[in-house]
Amino acid sequence: MSPFFAIMRRELRSFFVTPMAWVFLVIFLVLAGILTFYTGDFYERGQADLQPFFVVHPWLYLILVPAVTMRMWAEEAKGGTLELLLTLPATLWQAMLGKFLAAWLFIGLALALTFPIWLTVNYLGAPDNGVIFAGYLGSWLMAGSFVAIGACLSALTRSQVVAFVLTATVCVLLILAGQPQVLDFFSGALPRKLVNALAYLSMLRHFEAIARGVLDLRDLAYFVLSTLGWLLAGVLLLELKRVR
Amino acid sequence: MIETDRLTRRYGHLTAVDALSIRAEPGQVLGLLGPNGAGKSTAMRMIAGFLAPTSGTARVCGHDVQREPLAARRALGYLPEGAPSYGEMTVREFLVFIARMRKLTTEVGRRRFDEVVGWLQLEDVLEVCIDTLSKGLRRRVGLAQAILHDPPVLMLDEPTDGLDPNQKHTVRQLIDAMARERTILISTHLLEEVHALCNRVVIIANGRLQADATPAELEARSRYHGAVSFSAPGSGVSQEMLGRLPQVAAIEVDPLDGRITVFPKPGARILEPVETLLREQGLEVSEIQLERGRLDEVFRQITLRGEA
Repeated sequence: MSPFFAIMRRELRSFFVTPMAWVFLVIFLVLAGILTFYTGDFYERGQADLQPFFVVHPWLYLILVPAVTMRMWAEEAKGGTLELLLTLPATLWQAMLGKFLAAWLFIGLALALTFPIWLTVNYLGAPDNGVIFAGYLGSWLMAGSFVAIGACLSALTRSQVVAFVLTATVCVLLILAGQPQVLDFFSGALPRKLVNALAYLSMLRHFEAIARGVLDLRDLAYFVLSTLGWLLAGVLLLELKRVR
Repeated sequence: MIETDRLTRRYGHLTAVDALSIRAEPGQVLGLLGPNGAGKSTAMRMIAGFLAPTSGTARVCGHDVQREPLAARRALGYLPEGAPSYGEMTVREFLVFIARMRKLTTEVGRRRFDEVVGWLQLEDVLEVCIDTLSKGLRRRVGLAQAILHDPPVLMLDEPTDGLDPNQKHTVRQLIDAMARERTILISTHLLEEVHALCNRVVIIANGRLQADATPAELEARSRYHGAVSFSAPGSGVSQEMLGRLPQVAAIEVDPLDGRITVFPKPGARILEPVETLLREQGLEVSEIQLERGRLDEVFRQITLRGEA
């Protein structure tokens, strides 16, 4: 077995030995349900789709992804196991990808466990299941970007609390970047091109397109590239720690 | 084989390891000795590839740790300071994880697992969470992790730190048993360990190499090397008379137990003349001893000089 799989398996197992994983799953499912029905007006809209469900996902990830990723490297640095892990014959990329994939699969599991809401909407009406599938895919891709941000920022510090706060801050900035209020605020001060670039960085904008069922290559590329970019930054950060 | 060539590590203005060149051959147990903060762990971390050197090189079995990191790490078994391990795992899970990271095949892995668990007497705790183990057991788990892949080079950072005398004895026996065809580098600040384990010693202070010698050579540097000490209770041994012997340089009397130590002039042998003198005077001596030299004294002398 390659070191990559060994690390991924160890990480996945470490989620479930503490009650944290179960607490996370329950909170995620309960919040997803409540927000969809109460703030998303799931019934009142009278439409057989999952738009109100997907709209709340960025906000759910904002709290829950940092909780999953904060310990990823910070705990190893604090407990001294980082020295053990990084002197085993594995590259930084293998370690980073193993850890990333474990957390991403875990979020994927949480996402998959929301299937009753998909059953519900199919029972109540005749939704376009292609759009719903695209929504799930987009949501998982967005979660990947969040996890990559968390993985990178967890490598920055020995403190899990600091890792959580940093990750949540960066994520909220990326969610809000495309909101009209934010863009209006900057449009006075910045040239138009920069404002447009800022809007393009917004997670929400790309996610909403996918969630509507529009699988544009640019939106997919945005998530894949931002995920890889943050992972690369994380690897460089670990390398920098070795040198400095 | 471990070789370092002018290995240097700086943290800002502080030089933790300064142009350290050491060499350990197969069959050798090399002791890296020095006061706390001398740079022992930093040097080991560079050899293990956890820290990058500021300058200089380190090689494990001929593999440069910077240029061929994976090959170097494969040849190396490393016990980091404090023997860190994943506390939430059981001993079995942890060792299986290490076996997977080391890409041991199922067959080889299982055989080595049983061997290593047997050597380190971990059979009874295999299903116990590492978090709940005693310090000594955790250290043994760390050792098991380091030797699981049967590495030609072993590097142990303070392997017996915090163990009780029995556990120290077990660990030393194990290291001794493994020493025959392997290269072993251990760091320690315990001088008893040098006698018990090492056939060569490198002393560092302030990151710089201060001495590279065998334990016997180090002892020969001691003021006590070749001195004769004896207890003669109740008899008024005349210091004056001993002082008249041509080979004697100095005489000291321990104020607590009255033990007398006679120091030779450089190169002189004084056991025989002292014994003859004592016999001629008809003095009762309960016990007499030829001193080999005191490592703690040499250690202090070398490392304090290094710090000055």
